[in-house]
Amino acid sequence: MAYNDKVLDHYENPRNVGSLDKNDPNVGTGMVGAPSCGDVMKLQIRVNEQGVIDDAKFKTFGCGSAIASSSLVTEWIKGKTLDQALTIKNTQVAEELALPPVKIHCSVLAEDAIKSAIQDYRSKRAVGGS
Amino acid sequence: MNLPIYMDYQATTPMDQRVLQEMLPWFAEKFGNPASRSHPFGWEADRAVEKARQEVATLIGADPREIVFTSGATESDNLAITGVARFYRDKGNHIITLTTEHKAVLDTCRHLEAEEGFQVTYLPVRPNGLVDLAALAAAITDRTILVSIMAANNEIGVIQPLAEIGALCRSRKVLFHCDGAQGVGKFPLDVNAMNIDLLSISGHKIYGPKGIGALYVRRRPRVRLKAIIHGGGHERGMRSGTLSTPLIVGLGAACRLAGAEMVEESRRVKELRDHLFQGVTSRLTHVELNGDLESRLAGNLNISFGFVEGESLMMAIKDVAVSSGSACTSASLEPSYVLRALGVTEDLAHTSIRFGLGRFTTREEVDYVIDLVIRSVSKLREMSPLWEMMQEGIDIKSVQWAAH
Repeated sequence: MAYNDKVLDHYENPRNVGSLDKNDPNVGTGMVGAPSCGDVMKLQIRVNEQGVIDDAKFKTFGCGSAIASSSLVTEWIKGKTLDQALTIKNTQVAEELALPPVKIHCSVLAEDAIKSAIQDYRSKRAVGGS
Repeated sequence: MNLPIYMDYQATTPMDQRVLQEMLPWFAEKFGNPASRSHPFGWEADRAVEKARQEVATLIGADPREIVFTSGATESDNLAITGVARFYRDKGNHIITLTTEHKAVLDTCRHLEAEEGFQVTYLPVRPNGLVDLAALAAAITDRTILVSIMAANNEIGVIQPLAEIGALCRSRKVLFHCDGAQGVGKFPLDVNAMNIDLLSISGHKIYGPKGIGALYVRRRPRVRLKAIIHGGGHERGMRSGTLSTPLIVGLGAACRLAGAEMVEESRRVKELRDHLFQGVTSRLTHVELNGDLESRLAGNLNISFGFVEGESLMMAIKDVAVSSGSACTSASLEPSYVLRALGVTEDLAHTSIRFGLGRFTTREEVDYVIDLVIRSVSKLREMSPLWEMMQEGIDIKSVQWAAH
């Protein structure tokens, strides 16, 4: 299967690969997927005082489309508030990367990763009592 | 060295130029129908076909009258299994095969089960990919008519103990069909020493043309088949259809060259294969070989790179043509059924890559691939959350993953 240029670009020059300190109260960590399914995405966000995502990092085990999807959403969520980030839909990711039907699940995983990271951040804040 | 590098010799092999040269006159210049008995155009084509039939037979220790030309190993498998099942159905309706067989065997068996009332036992294999001979012996009943077991596996390259299987089948009076697509021409195969009753042969796996193959059908004791392609009664009624002289000449030449060069070639290819394996494992940890190392095709290396998904690795080494057991390369989302049958866990099955080396693989190419694989796996591991977890001491199997 030939890859779309945007997928190749994100795959070869992935944006925001890495990790943030998961114990930092301002960091939310989302981990979705499963090794047995062939893809696992870890997405981390750091949220500033204004409630804006000022940094995002990812690590992904998965095919090129999964890596590209996670790379793309880290770019998209930076500078957004949590509620804005939650409006990102998998269909936008799939459209931007021109994913074929068999790769749509990669974009679903990216959307889930955002939700999971935000949920983690919010539950941390709730427990922290801030 | 030219890029891309071809390392997918179990998918197909480049045609040997010597084979091509022998084929060329038989397309336009010498176009006769080998079945034309009444003029020299037919006679010369017939002589070429019979010479090739002899060359195929010689490679496997058979008599030329035991060779039936087909369109390839898939057709040979279909003809052998369906043909035997339909001919011997009064004798029994039970067939035994392995879960790791090629789809040409498995799907033919499934069809006979679903549509024609046969019962098929799909025997599991041992973790090294080899048949469990005791389990095979135990599976044979008085209703069993056929055992179909491949010579060498297309994904993991393991070579089955053919002589032992053949002896067992002969002693229990059960026919033995062997899918030899990956084995014939790669290591010595003798239908008599191994008691093989039917043997499928492929042209394009042995540096010959695509679209041609053969089925060996034993004459003594005679094996009978019901034809699946009907018509003018070619190939002693077992396979009708005008013979393709150029393709058959090509198959014959490929078999002759394989027979002459097999020993030296497999020694050289195995050396390259071992060099690749050692090169990769010397600088990467968590690399696992799939399938037995000893009883294996010289040109096959199937390895799992832990924590790195197979398709993403193939993208990283896109100048090297290989294939992966990962689901992502196929329309289905299931990882390789062959690796699953070995008990390879799904997560490791997703990380497997098959390197296929052969006649035209060079040391320079292998060195290039070693270096590229090491760099790519290292880079992808830096991006892998599973690699990070492993380094933090987290057991990935202990994590509750949400399947999706």
